[in-house]
Amino acid sequence: MDLDVLFLSRFQFALTIMFHYLFPPLSIGLGVIMVITEGMFLKTKNRQYEVMARFWTKIFAVVFAMGVATGIVMEFEFGTNWATYSRYVGDVFGSPLAAEGVFAFFLESGFLAVLVFGWDRVGPKMHFFSTVMVALGSMFSAVWIVVANSWQQTPAGFHIVGDGMMARAEITDFWAMVFNPSSVDRLTHTLIGAFILGGFFVMSITAWYILHRRHVEVSKQSFSIALVVATIASLAALFTGHHQANTVSETQPAKLAAFEGHFETGPADLWLFGIPDAEAQKVHMGIAIPGGLSFLVHGDFNAPVTGLDAFPEDERPPLQIPFQAYHIMIALGMYFIGITLLAAFFRWRGTLFDKRWLLWVFVFSIIGPYIANQAGWIAAEVGRQPWIVYGLLRTSDALSKAVSAEEVLTSIILFTIIYLFLFAIWLYIMNEKIKHGPEDDVAPATATGGLLDTVGERAGAGGASLTNPHEDGKEG
Amino acid sequence: MDLNIFWFILMGVLLTGYAILDGFDLGVGIMHLFVKKDEERRLLMNSIGPLWDGNEVWLVTFGGALFAAFPHAYATAFSGFYLPFMFLLFALIFRAVSMEFRSKQEMKWWRRSWDVSFTVASTLATFLFGVAVGNMMKGLPIGADMEYQGGLLNLLGPFPLLIGVFAVATFAMHGSIYLYLKTEGDLQKRIHRWMWTTFGIFLVLYIFTTMATLVSLPSAVTNFREVPWAWVVVVLNVLAIANIPRAIYLGKPGYAFISSAATIAALTFLFGFSLFPNMIVSSLDPAYSLTIYNAASSQKTLGIMRWIAVLGMPFVLSYTIAIYWIFRGKTQLGKFSY
Repeated sequence: MDLDVLFLSRFQFALTIMFHYLFPPLSIGLGVIMVITEGMFLKTKNRQYEVMARFWTKIFAVVFAMGVATGIVMEFEFGTNWATYSRYVGDVFGSPLAAEGVFAFFLESGFLAVLVFGWDRVGPKMHFFSTVMVALGSMFSAVWIVVANSWQQTPAGFHIVGDGMMARAEITDFWAMVFNPSSVDRLTHTLIGAFILGGFFVMSITAWYILHRRHVEVSKQSFSIALVVATIASLAALFTGHHQANTVSETQPAKLAAFEGHFETGPADLWLFGIPDAEAQKVHMGIAIPGGLSFLVHGDFNAPVTGLDAFPEDERPPLQIPFQAYHIMIALGMYFIGITLLAAFFRWRGTLFDKRWLLWVFVFSIIGPYIANQAGWIAAEVGRQPWIVYGLLRTSDALSKAVSAEEVLTSIILFTIIYLFLFAIWLYIMNEKIKHGPEDDVAPATATGGLLDTVGERAGAGGASLTNPHEDGKEG
Repeated sequence: MDLNIFWFILMGVLLTGYAILDGFDLGVGIMHLFVKKDEERRLLMNSIGPLWDGNEVWLVTFGGALFAAFPHAYATAFSGFYLPFMFLLFALIFRAVSMEFRSKQEMKWWRRSWDVSFTVASTLATFLFGVAVGNMMKGLPIGADMEYQGGLLNLLGPFPLLIGVFAVATFAMHGSIYLYLKTEGDLQKRIHRWMWTTFGIFLVLYIFTTMATLVSLPSAVTNFREVPWAWVVVVLNVLAIANIPRAIYLGKPGYAFISSAATIAALTFLFGFSLFPNMIVSSLDPAYSLTIYNAASSQKTLGIMRWIAVLGMPFVLSYTIAIYWIFRGKTQLGKFSY
């Protein structure tokens, strides 16, 4: 029975956090693009920027609402499903969580109201200020929650009080807790992952518009902004990722060994892909750079790297999921660098928007950052197992004693149904908003004006411009 | 000041802020289906459009602060209330998305479905908050290990259910008065009637709840013996309640709203005051109760958190005031509305 509650609670947490994490990184990434776009409008007074700022804000609002709705679940779930964990870490983990509420969520929600509803209530400068505050607020929320999570990976600034089931971690040094060995690396990498997602999201939509000869001028503008963000972020992800992997090799060697399928302590190869096999202690069907991992970690192809054999079997993380998730993330990261550099090159040559094949690639590339962000977190969290707090508290000891398997199963079923339903609705609404598009060439819709009518008009306009490309000049 | 008491008071402040602010927007949700025209329903939703999210952050911060300051109380209550809290979460989710999605499509069935979902979710969330408060007042079967030992049915006794209904009535009244402030014309005239009706229901339930509390929970007044000045709050509470119909009658809805906010604040205060120094009372053995001392984090953490609160709360209050100022006045539908 115990095992059941454990499995079910882990499953529920994975389900709810992965669903939640579809939204906040997009808010963060889109926030950056909105700040740039609206900033450009203030600077140049070019109305095209304003049109796009308003458009991205509308999209942002729908993303943000889903983030809020699914985020409150996470805060409750620590207590509902992981009560023992909450008792154990509350003294340490609770304060960043409370700081997140006080410093980030209030900032975000307050200025979001101005951002979304305040276009005609405040002046352009105040509105821009609100956009900046919302973008900052969404990053601050990431700061505190990643700090808390990093403390679970690399606990610092605490001591253990009490023994047995009454033991708990208490803070001894707040700043040592905040700046624990992995916080900064993981935070920058997380934010950069969100910037990449924001960039690819905007490029996907605008590439689609350009391909359909709609909103062409404004789309080219937004695409270029997003391309700059995505290119810089993709390159930065490589550096932060490498740095972070080095930290993991020092602080959580078992996790790195699982990521890399490294069984025996000694010189380590770098697997580009493969299928690790814990039984046979080897990686099947893979290609490796001999000594590659040793070189990345120590700058020496023969230096020893700690393998899984250095840990007792009951302290080793699962192998397959962290290995594959980690490798998928890295492969996608390389893809982001390649595709953005290629696009940046064509943009510099001035031929990017004629390369229809490349624009189509960007339309579908939005899937990439979504998978990469999820895969990175899967690798980080599954790679920390069997610990919920690394080296201190096992996941299996962290459950709620008052909760039965039947109760968790009930909530899982309900979450699954509700989230599938919400996801479908969300996609539908996003699709409608994107089909509707920015209002760059139509009179502002009246308050009660039918959205569907407008969509119809838009479709008509799009159809017309397909047959008459010269009409494009009219847009914007 | 004793840090544990400081944090108990601050939790009370956060809960009061939440109950007053989200109280009116939950109330708007409860009353939503009582208007029929599409434009009027949009007006109702948009009256809270820019505000509800910030209001809900008070709950999020209350949860985070409870986790940080009193982790045992957080863990015991949240795991003990497992299924009711799951339904609370579903209700909060549906409330948020109903507002966001409703007016994005023209289809009648689409809007009607989200309207129903909005009202059901708002009512359910309010009711479950009430049930939770009722259970906290009554005490829970908490063992020596601080764990909840009852089942789901223990949580659904008559007293908690009564508090749940009382909460719905209170927020319905609070929301109606708020709507009166934000609307005009014919709609406002109809909402004027809502204020009277919801006040009447509130008053009946208030008297009934007070009697039920005094009869079934004699422990609720224990603290008054030691701190007699707390009776002042009871008197103020009664005065605030009496001022609601007076202000409505005199055509001063602003005062009526302040009075209903004061009523909610007083009720929250009395709830906290009668619990003190307990957080969760054990109905099995008073020695097992979770108090502000045995359920708390270390003094060090409470001290750090006090800094977070002292630095952060002025910002929180200034954003809140600024947003309410920017979105003051009657609700109008514009191109950025829901």
